[in-house]
This record gives sequence, structure tokens and C-alpha cells, in this order.
Amino acid sequence: MSMRSVLRDSATAPVPTASAAGTSPRPAAIGIDVEDLDIYYGDVHAVRGVTLAIPAQSVTAVIGPSGCGKSTFLRSLNRMHEVARGARVEGTVRVDGRDLYAPGVDPVLVRREIGMVFQRPNPFPTMSIRDNVLAGVRLNGGRLKKDEAEAIVERSLRGANLWDEVKDRLNRPGAGLSGGQQQRLCIARAIAVEPQVLLMDEPCSALDPISTSAIEDLIGQLKDSYTIVIVTHNMQQAARVSDETAFFNLAGVGEPGQLVESGPTTKIFSNPDNPSTEAYITGRFG
Amino acid sequence: MTTTAPSTPERDTAPATVRSWHQPQLPRGAGWYALLLAVVLASGLHVGLGLALIPSLLVGWTVLGLGLPALSYAIEGRRKAFDRLVTVVVSSAFALAMVPLVSILWTVLKNGLPVLSSEFFTYSMRNVVGEGGGIYHAIWGTVLVTAAAAVMAVPLGLLTAIFLVEYGGEGRLAKIIRFLVDVMTGIPSIVAGLFAYALFVIFFGPGVRMGFAGAVALTVLMTPVVVRSCEEMLQLVPNELREAAYALGVPRWRTVVKVVLPTALAGLVTGITLAVARVIGETAPLLITVGITDSTNVNLFDGRMATLPVFTYSSIMSPGVPPEPSIARAWGAALVLMLIVMVLNLVARLVTYFFSPKDKR
Repeated sequence: MSMRSVLRDSATAPVPTASAAGTSPRPAAIGIDVEDLDIYYGDVHAVRGVTLAIPAQSVTAVIGPSGCGKSTFLRSLNRMHEVARGARVEGTVRVDGRDLYAPGVDPVLVRREIGMVFQRPNPFPTMSIRDNVLAGVRLNGGRLKKDEAEAIVERSLRGANLWDEVKDRLNRPGAGLSGGQQQRLCIARAIAVEPQVLLMDEPCSALDPISTSAIEDLIGQLKDSYTIVIVTHNMQQAARVSDETAFFNLAGVGEPGQLVESGPTTKIFSNPDNPSTEAYITGRFG
Repeated sequence: MTTTAPSTPERDTAPATVRSWHQPQLPRGAGWYALLLAVVLASGLHVGLGLALIPSLLVGWTVLGLGLPALSYAIEGRRKAFDRLVTVVVSSAFALAMVPLVSILWTVLKNGLPVLSSEFFTYSMRNVVGEGGGIYHAIWGTVLVTAAAAVMAVPLGLLTAIFLVEYGGEGRLAKIIRFLVDVMTGIPSIVAGLFAYALFVIFFGPGVRMGFAGAVALTVLMTPVVVRSCEEMLQLVPNELREAAYALGVPRWRTVVKVVLPTALAGLVTGITLAVARVIGETAPLLITVGITDSTNVNLFDGRMATLPVFTYSSIMSPGVPPEPSIARAWGAALVLMLIVMVLNLVARLVTYFFSPKDKR
């Protein structure tokens, strides 16, 4: 609830960001349409034929055994997989009706609207907590007045439930925080540029249960404002935080990963259509 | 079940005898006592029986190297004995490697320290015959030529390293460049000097001598060292940081400038400083390209300059009459050169300490 008010404050305050070029009000969070997506790394066919509709302003969990292409799929949603050499995709991904892979689309501009949180917390070690939060704006060449910068820092850190813990030491190095705090700092950094979509690649797998719980609470609050896709190995976590669940699996040994089934989390966890989904969820394999 | 209580029937089938975990051991510090014994033995042979130094040391070392493992084998067993043997071998190799280092330091300090005086640092060799004079001109020359070389080699090397790590990856061009850099690392310094000399002869005619030509020769030697050390430092920057920046929509070049370089700054500065230290003592290329002079010349583009290594060389090779003051000055110049290198290393350490990313403060 505090999240809501914070975001409302931010909407009324004219805070320039890298993505919104000035005065236009923040658009509503958006959905992602994935159609017949194939992902390759060089000759390796990593993911085959994924068709999935990710609803806006909700949490979609991607589950499945290791090596089934969950992370690859997630990274293809903001073109982060292209960091690896020889990566390419076939098929379409539409975010808010815009084709992510249309010719002429600049991945840098895409990533400013589709943020990402990684498995291991990765704050910039040379920067203070404040500078880490502002990194997305500053590194893109944005110049901020002091009060604007302070507003962004406070809003983002409050949004990531970290403000009360760090407000007295914003100039300390970000790497000095605990693992869970660092991960929340990374989330604050991601939401500081006001993305539309937040992709999370196993954000809690390096954290202890208390920090995990803090992040899960945070995800529950953030989904009011963002479309969230979260990859997780933790079935209970998927059941706790997500509205929709997509189950990925390998088609066979040496075969590419594929989407087995997707749907509302309650249905996937109680009454899945596919027997392999049920087998995975009940712990009979994977 | 292996975790059942002792009262269960399975426990009764366990072997009746329980193997002991105890093994006799030599007393703590046995290695040091053995070393002391060996030293006493060697000095006894040398002083008491008049055996020469080297054979005495060899006998002491052999007794230590064979006796300690043999004793250990008898008491502690095979594994510990082998451990002691390897310890003796590794420590001996270390001690042996330290001998020339300590010897050089000692010789240079012993011969160079008496020469150091305010005159030595503030006078050139202009119009000096016999005693007196100093290395003012050579210090200037070394500083200027090395600085000019660093100004050329550091951007060249750093940018090459950035290309190799951030852009080239495993591509064909990067592989070719890596290979060429490796080849360049192996260029003998005299060849670099000849190259620079030949290059400047094209423009200035035969017999050309100038500080800048020496700087070019040093650049040829320094660039591959800078590339290699900077490449290693950039590779140490975790990929996660690059990904974090990319995921924020930061373009690649800004990621390099604002994230990768600051994170690696300490290592880069250290690598560059060590590269400078590596070339500051080069003699052969400077002998060809810069020559030597008695006067102070601070113009890199006009004529001969004195440099510390070449000054040392020429003071020894053509000392004049009487030779003693000149040879003493050579030791003094060598000591100053060594001190400069040590200061550079110290600076590199301090930079590493102050600039490296801190976890907590």
C-alpha cells in the first residue's frame, strides 16, 4: 500500500528518466505476447516453439528442471541473451504490441523499458548505495539535479523495501550490504529507471530464507505496477508469488527445451493437464 | 542403516579390533631444529675443519635433506617423510633463488651508498674530470624518455586490451592480435632499438640521436607488457557487472568506460606501473638511439641525452683516468635506478590499496 502512494508521488513529480522523455505520464504496465519462439546459440537449438501470453501487472513464474531453457527464454524477453556470441531467435515477441525483434530495434532501448534482476546480486562495487540506484540514469548520460536524484533514490529504495535499512548510509559502498540487501538494492536499481517489465532470473536462489521472504513480499507489491516474470527452481516460491505459471521441460536428452504447459498457478499446481508437469511439481523428477 | 544405535544387532557384526588413529610424531619444530643442526654442522666443517664454504654448505644441506626425511620415515611413516622431503626441496629452491637477489641488493647498496650526495643529484658531468660531478642530466633523461614512452604505450596498450576483452572475444581478429602481442613480448630489446634507429634514420639521416627515438624503442617494448597486464585485469571484472549494466539499457561503450574500467582501475594502474618499471632500466635500445652526453639536455627532439642505464654502462666501459671516481658514479647511478624502480613498485602497491573497490568502510 505504501508502494502505491510512493508511485503516485512519483507520477505527479516531474522526474525525468532515461526511458520517458519528459512529461508524458507513465503508461500502464504491459503484457508480453510470445509466439512460436525458437532460440539458438550458434548451432545449438536451446528453446523450441514457445507460445505464451504473459498478462500485464501480474507475476508469471517460469519453472522447470535445470538446463531446460528457462533462463534463456527469460533473457530473450529483453534481448539479454544476445550478450552471448552467436545467439539468435526465430518467432516473435510482442511487448505492448511492439515487436521486440523487428529490424531496426535497438536492444539498448528495449532494456531501458524491460529491467532485469539476476541470480546473484551484482551491485557495482565502485559505487555507493546512492550511485548504484542512480546508475541506470547516470550511466545513460542523464544529468540530474540534486533534489531530483534524491527523489529517485528514495522512491526506488522505498519501492524495494530497503530505504529504512540504508537511509543513513547512502554513501557507503553497495557491496558492503548483506546478500539479501544487495539483491533488493539491485531491484531498486532496476526500478529506478521506471521499466514496464521486470524480469527476475532466480532472484532468491543465493539468499537465505529471511531475505527470500523479504523479496517475495516485495514481488507481491511490485506486481501492482509492473509486469513481472520470475524464473525459479523453488516450487513453493512459484506457488506463493505467481499468478500464472509456465512449465518448461526438455523434449528429450539432447533435445531443445520447450514449454510444456502454462496457465493460472492454482490450476498448474492442483490440476495440471500434462502428466510430466504433475510429475515435476510433485517431486517425482527434476 | 548405518546410523542405528549401538545396541542393534548390526553393531555386533562390526570388526572386533578398532584401528587406532594415533601415529607417533616428531616434536613440533623438528624441521627448524634440523635446519639449525645442519647450519651448525656446515659452519663447524667450514670454520673448525677448514673445509671450503660451498662444500660445507652442500654437506650440511645433504644431511638435512636426507636425515630429516629418514628420521621422519622411521617414526612418522611414509607420507609424513615425503612431506618433509618436499618441504626441504622447496625451501632450498627458495633460498637459492634469494641468493642472487640479496647479493645484488647488497653489492649495489655497498658500492652505491657512499657516492650519494647532494652534488651527485644536482650536478651533471659537464666539464668534470676525475672526481665530482653527478647524474642530474641522466635522471632527467631517464624520466623524460620513459615518460614519453609511457605516454605512447599506455593508451595504445590499454585500448588494445579493451578491444581484446570487451569487443574481440574469441574472434579471429582478436586471436591474431593476441598472437602478435605474444610475439612482440619476445622481441629482444636491441632489436627494438635497431627498429627505432632505422625508423629515425629515414627522416633524419644516419647518425641520428634523440630522446624521442629512444622513447619509440621503449614503446615497442612496453606496449605488449601493458596489453597483457591490462587484458588480465579486465578479464578479472565479473561478467555479472557488465550484464547488470546492459540490463539497465547502458550501451556497451558506456559500460566499459563507467563500469569495467573503474572496477579494474587499481589493477590497471598497477600493471602500467610495473610495465614502466620493466622498461626504465633498458640499456641497449637507448645506447643505439639516444647515446650519452655529459650535459643536461631536456629536449627530447634535439640530440643526445644521458639516461641512467647508459650512464652506468659508459661510466664502467670508458671510465677515463683515474677510473675509480667514474666506477663509483656508475654504482651510484645503478643504485638510484634501483630506488626509482622500487618507488614505482611501492606506488603501484599504494594505488592498489587505495583504489580497489572496498566492501566495507
